[in-house]
Amino acid sequence: MLYPAFQSLSSHWRRHPGQLVMLALGLALATALWSGVQAINAEARTAYDRAAATLGQDQLSRLERSDGRPVPAAEFLALRAAGYLVSPVISGELRDGDARLRLLGIDPLTAPSETQSPTLTGDTDIADFFTAPGLLLASQATADGDLPAGLPPLRIAENVPLAAAITDISTAARLLDQQDPSYLLIAPDQPFGLPPITDATSLTLRSPEVGSDIARLTDSFHLNLTAFGLLSFGVGLFIVHAAIGLAFEQRRATIRTLRALGTPLRTILLALGLELAAIAALAGLVGILLGYVIAASLMPGVAGTLRGLYGAEIEGVLRFNPDWAIAAIAITLLGTAVAAAQAMVRTARMPLLAPAMPRAWAQASGRALRLQTLAAIALFALATALAVFGTGLYAAFACLGALLIGAALALPAVMTSLLSLVRPKGAFADWVVADTRQQIPGLSLALMALLLALAANIGVSTMVGSFRTTFLSWLDQRLASELYVTAATPDEAAALMQALAPDVDAILPIVSAPTRLFDRPADVFGVVDHPTYRQAWPFLAATQDAWDRVADGTGILVNEQLFRRETLSLGDVVPLADGLPIVGIYTDYGNPNGQAIVSLTRFAETFPEDRPRRFAIRIAPEDAPALATRLRTEFGLPADAVTNQAQVKAFSVDVFEQTFRVTGALNVLTLGVAGIALLTSLLTLANLRLPQLAPIWAIGASRATLAKVEMARSLALAAITFVFALPVGLALAWILLAFVNVEAFGWRLPMQVFPADWLLLLALALLAAGLAALGPTLRLARMPPARLTQVFAQER
Amino acid sequence: MTASLLDLRDIRKTYPSDGKTLTILDGVSLKLEAEETVALTGESGSGKSTLLHLTGGLDQPDAGQVRLNGQDIGMLDDAGRALMRRDRIGLIFQQFNLVPSLTIAANIALQARLAGRHDATFCAELAARLGLSEMLSRYPEQLSGGQQQRVAIARALAHRPALILADEPTGNLDEETGDAVLTLLLELVAETGAGLLMVTHSRRLAGRLSRHANLSRGRLEGN
Repeated sequence: MLYPAFQSLSSHWRRHPGQLVMLALGLALATALWSGVQAINAEARTAYDRAAATLGQDQLSRLERSDGRPVPAAEFLALRAAGYLVSPVISGELRDGDARLRLLGIDPLTAPSETQSPTLTGDTDIADFFTAPGLLLASQATADGDLPAGLPPLRIAENVPLAAAITDISTAARLLDQQDPSYLLIAPDQPFGLPPITDATSLTLRSPEVGSDIARLTDSFHLNLTAFGLLSFGVGLFIVHAAIGLAFEQRRATIRTLRALGTPLRTILLALGLELAAIAALAGLVGILLGYVIAASLMPGVAGTLRGLYGAEIEGVLRFNPDWAIAAIAITLLGTAVAAAQAMVRTARMPLLAPAMPRAWAQASGRALRLQTLAAIALFALATALAVFGTGLYAAFACLGALLIGAALALPAVMTSLLSLVRPKGAFADWVVADTRQQIPGLSLALMALLLALAANIGVSTMVGSFRTTFLSWLDQRLASELYVTAATPDEAAALMQALAPDVDAILPIVSAPTRLFDRPADVFGVVDHPTYRQAWPFLAATQDAWDRVADGTGILVNEQLFRRETLSLGDVVPLADGLPIVGIYTDYGNPNGQAIVSLTRFAETFPEDRPRRFAIRIAPEDAPALATRLRTEFGLPADAVTNQAQVKAFSVDVFEQTFRVTGALNVLTLGVAGIALLTSLLTLANLRLPQLAPIWAIGASRATLAKVEMARSLALAAITFVFALPVGLALAWILLAFVNVEAFGWRLPMQVFPADWLLLLALALLAAGLAALGPTLRLARMPPARLTQVFAQER
Repeated sequence: MTASLLDLRDIRKTYPSDGKTLTILDGVSLKLEAEETVALTGESGSGKSTLLHLTGGLDQPDAGQVRLNGQDIGMLDDAGRALMRRDRIGLIFQQFNLVPSLTIAANIALQARLAGRHDATFCAELAARLGLSEMLSRYPEQLSGGQQQRVAIARALAHRPALILADEPTGNLDEETGDAVLTLLLELVAETGAGLLMVTHSRRLAGRLSRHANLSRGRLEGN
């Protein structure tokens, strides 16, 4: 009995292929956007895990200096002599222009067995690893990338993270010009009878990394992507809900007939469930393919963002992973079940003998509208409470969710209220307004989807626009010097600075050292006292005498990230060089780590081994090109050793643009999905509205007039939705800037508005609504009169 | 003693209306044997369709019994009554109630397939007898009212039910077409040996059936 019931019900789709396409499209798009984002996240996390597992870092404890400086070789030798099983590692980064390579130098003879050695591919003589010029083991992707010049021979090996190479410790020491180990790996099983290793050394013990720093650092970025994926999935489900609702509504009579002919209700529900599951599974498969394509095309952008923002190296290539494909199918089925729940419950509760007249689809009663409005008010209150009292990224996203869902639920009430204010003159206009009000329940789901997409668009573009404006002006402040020079060695830099000093306005050495502040990686910079810094440095807060205190070595400046992360205040002491009080907090966009600035003298005392290799030159802007040429010709500097301000800015702006390319793409896709949701609903209503239109046609309104009214109405509803989306989007932007970004990136930006972008978005919304209404409108304009008269023939 | 095909015993049915209780059927009893055809007449609102719905298990009486071949269908749950309808009853509605997305052939075969008693030869024969052979691949919306009612009759007979319940089967048809449809229905009922309980407004059509009962103020007259 199940099969004939299934066949009878599913024959509906054969007669209404458009509806089936809409349902499948909605499911496929929702799955695609969700699974695409999940695929990107999964790929990135795999890369982080691979990096975290390198040399057994996820299993082995290590000893290191608390200030992040190398461990003296004598300390290592003393521990070995005492019988402790420790193994030295030299790690550091080689840079050559834009090319970067992270080196990990290991001592294979003392390395604990838990150190996962890379697997070599092909024929490699292991002796080459130990003997000069040494051997670098790297992945194929690293070998194919842009590498620094002058490297020893490279061999392909598996299990090596991207943009990194493993080599013998002696080779690493030579290439990085560092003789002492960066840290010591500790074998888990130490000889019996020895006291705890921490009693034998002043070095700091660091436990195995459970999840790498990068994974923790990038969590917020991936959460951002997930939130967007979820938003797109939700908007896609609006289409699915609309399509399923229409199909169920149109099959009410068939369902009653089947029940009257003796099909039990549970058989009908089972048939409907199987039918939806089959459609969801097929559409889900299409969605997975589509999601893979979307993810693969976004992957290079994501890789660029992660590299630029967090220094995380992942390949810009997506591998197919059955896990996320299965998860995508599961979430498609779950989403379909959620979207179909209302229709299924209605079917189950539908009385067998109720009149078989088609009920207005998804018609909200006055009571339902009131409940919906109350729920919206409650959600707005929740969003406000979360914005005021909430902390953490999850509270920020809950606040966003409450705001968006509340706005969507409030939309029908807002529309109805606005329409009640319209007092038309003339009978026809009166009918148009009344008819529009009657249509709102049927269109509300699609309009909600449009509202969500528009609000997200306004919110994200306001955030990106605010970010861009602030970032560019910040770059102008930070990159005040005309030329930036990188010498091969500190000695060459010193010689160049001495030689150039008479010909330029000022020379500002740039020197930094990696260290750990408050037990997290950080960079410390040394600067000279110069008006360039005093006049232009972008402070968020500073004491009156900030630069004086820095210059005399009694104060330190910290970046916003460090300030927020450690909840610091002016006057708090930073544990560097016997402790220095904070005299200023500066903005430092695009940097994931903490940063601090001290005077050059203080820097040299604290980090005597680090001498400047880079310096900035202040000179009249018109003289800068000639000086750059002179540096290359007279001093023989390679082309990439001298960069001008514009080049540095272009690079920084490129990093910035990469950061928001992915969110921009998802934004556009979400708007597209909302357009399709609107089309689905308009097609739905076009079918159900003939009984309302036919009498108006019969009493003298031409089909062309009715079609024009339909088009104008769609445009007007889209415009009203946009007007409501505007404050919602701006509230969204405020939450993103003041709440989410602070949690995600560690900095806060002033909000700016861009009315020109709104006009463009309004035009896009009207275009989407116009295109969605075009088909139903044309069909109405060309509808044969017989089809309209049929309405009267069917009346009883 | 063999039980009657249909035995309605003291059926009562009320509906709430404006805070009051409206009695539709007040102690109706009726028997119908196999191969017997009974016309049920009465004014609008007299409870004819309600009685038909109760007989088919589409609704349940407040009191009394509906017995089909001696079985009290009030003892069955919703699924049980559905299976009883599927296997033993053929329903013909005034509004035809065809499945719009199925072809005429599929509509005719629908209940027989649900009951697992599909006989393609018999369906083809029914279609031929009802003049539907040329339109089997069409859809209901492409047929006239008379043609759609003939499809509904074929569907009700295709699984060879014991009892046919027809609710004003000619109510939407003109007199000539209605007569022709009823003639075919009676012929086919006679050939299949089923019983027929038909609701009609027309005393003329009622006169063509073997027995006539009239509902008035919730009670049966002339049974």
